[in-house]
Amino acid sequence: MLKVEHTNEPVEFSGALVNLIAEKISRYPEGKQKSALLPVLHDVQAERGWLSVPAMDKVAEYLKIEPIEVYEVASFYTMYFLRPQGKFVLEVCRTSPCCLVGAEKIMDHLEQKLGVKEGEVTADGLFSWRGVECLAACGFGPVLQIGPEYTFYENLTNESVDQLISDLTAKANN
Amino acid sequence: MGRKLLLEHINVPGINTFDVYRSKGGYASVEKALKTLTPEEVVEEVKKSGLRGRGGAGFPTGMKWSFLAKPEGVARYLVCNADESEPGTFKDRYLMTYIPHLLIEGMIVASYALGAKTSYIYVRGEMMPQIRILERAIAEAKNAGFLGKNILGTGYDLELYVQPGGGAYICGEETALLESLEGKRGNPRIKPPFPAIAGLYGCPTVVNNVESIAAVVPIINDGGDEYAKLGIGRSTGTKLISAGGNLKKPGVYEIDLGLPVEEFLYSDEYCGGIANGKRLKAVVAGGSSVPILPANLFMKTINNEPRLMSYESLADGGFVSGTMMGSGGFIAYDEDQCIVRNTWNFARFYSHESCGQCSPCREGTGWMEKVLHRLENGQGKMSDMDLLVDVSKKIEGNTICPLGDAAAWPVASAIRHFRDEFEWHVTNASTAITRNYGIAHYADPLVIAEKAG
Repeated sequence: MLKVEHTNEPVEFSGALVNLIAEKISRYPEGKQKSALLPVLHDVQAERGWLSVPAMDKVAEYLKIEPIEVYEVASFYTMYFLRPQGKFVLEVCRTSPCCLVGAEKIMDHLEQKLGVKEGEVTADGLFSWRGVECLAACGFGPVLQIGPEYTFYENLTNESVDQLISDLTAKANN
Repeated sequence: MGRKLLLEHINVPGINTFDVYRSKGGYASVEKALKTLTPEEVVEEVKKSGLRGRGGAGFPTGMKWSFLAKPEGVARYLVCNADESEPGTFKDRYLMTYIPHLLIEGMIVASYALGAKTSYIYVRGEMMPQIRILERAIAEAKNAGFLGKNILGTGYDLELYVQPGGGAYICGEETALLESLEGKRGNPRIKPPFPAIAGLYGCPTVVNNVESIAAVVPIINDGGDEYAKLGIGRSTGTKLISAGGNLKKPGVYEIDLGLPVEEFLYSDEYCGGIANGKRLKAVVAGGSSVPILPANLFMKTINNEPRLMSYESLADGGFVSGTMMGSGGFIAYDEDQCIVRNTWNFARFYSHESCGQCSPCREGTGWMEKVLHRLENGQGKMSDMDLLVDVSKKIEGNTICPLGDAAAWPVASAIRHFRDEFEWHVTNASTAITRNYGIAHYADPLVIAEKAG
């Protein structure tokens, strides 16, 4: 079941984000600005970490479409977060080719290491993790990605995952 | 060793930059097409090449182009399908990462042939690094006069944009992709009308896979007839194969179509055999949607002839003993792998990715996932196998788009070829949770029927 977090926090987009939105809209013919919806939602999520209802309403204003048109898209695609996430969301490919080379063990290890179940956020707010479907890197599995840049980590081992987590923790604390 | 058409320069340092790519003969096909050929002549070369769509369906690209409607005063669009999401397939990611200008070059020539003034490359959202790579390559090409207004002084204008998806397998289906590009949910459209008549924004549109677009470059450089000399029969040219699973050397390989599967699997030039000295149990030859085959049926056709990596040879025997080329997503399974677990994994994938528009797919994929989950976890019944086949038959052919078929085939073929293993999961439920069935007799050589007389 889809879970949407409700909040009335006022939303302010940065000047850089507003410029990005304008540039995205310019890529489509006159009157077809709705085409910018998916790219703009990525930009908003990159700035804010997740998509709250007020943030989606604001996107609707910029694109001159109804809020429901934003909600239905944001809830259809798997990359958009409708609830707050950890600062780093570790997304591990869980589809067959990666499982053949140990993806399930990597997910077990992540759960143990972080001490949270799939979809939950660690107490320090730094990490959450989830299994995602095929990431098109089947020859280099197991793999995981971390947004908003979607940096890719290939040929994972328990050791490389541990290293990654300590690197990210250090990065967040600096 | 086969001739490389797409990956020839993949290991040249800096080939991802415009200058190095250009120094290796890059963008020559743009000069040739725009300066010496009419759009119709470009289409004709692609037709002559026999190139078939590399995304999975294998439909002749030149023919697809020639169906494009050309009403006066209406914009036409070329959209590149870079939504690569078929489990087992990772060739497009590879190509876009390492040699992005090949795709840009192909897009310019193809857009010219189709009369498109604005073209889009729809890349799955998870490939943000590749999106950044492509955007940089586009900026470089534009700077060098290969994109924008009046390209190379020929009067042809083209703008090229990269569009990210949002994470949805279904958007690899071309009409779902167009919906998504219009900023909507990825629900496939009812056809007809086909995109060639009413596609993006209701305008005539061609949607082509990354590899198909890239193949246009050597076709224009060398001529369609030269390209058609490579390969075998109606499987012309070269094909990128994404090799994954339990292989010694997984990776992306460019092969001449017609290469024997045995050579592809075991020679050191390609996959180098099965990892860790194990034996081959099964193969999914063209991405998760195509039927899985046990090793013996995969290596040889039913007439005991060596099977080849071509559209026809892989399909030899139909669904009884054959499979499909699909997108070239090649997954090898060693003797330790569990077919029931793998089938459940694929079923979960399709259940997760069904857009929910058609009831047979929305409900059926979920049922198959649940039944397979209980089989894998020691709760199955002997009647479950027939139930699964029955559900798969009710999905197949009863949906707007091919995702329904794609969900049905892996389940039906796994039960067809590995029924013993499914039954073992029921009769030895507690053992099945702790260990795998192993290879059994599936890797044995085919029994050759004695000829009468």
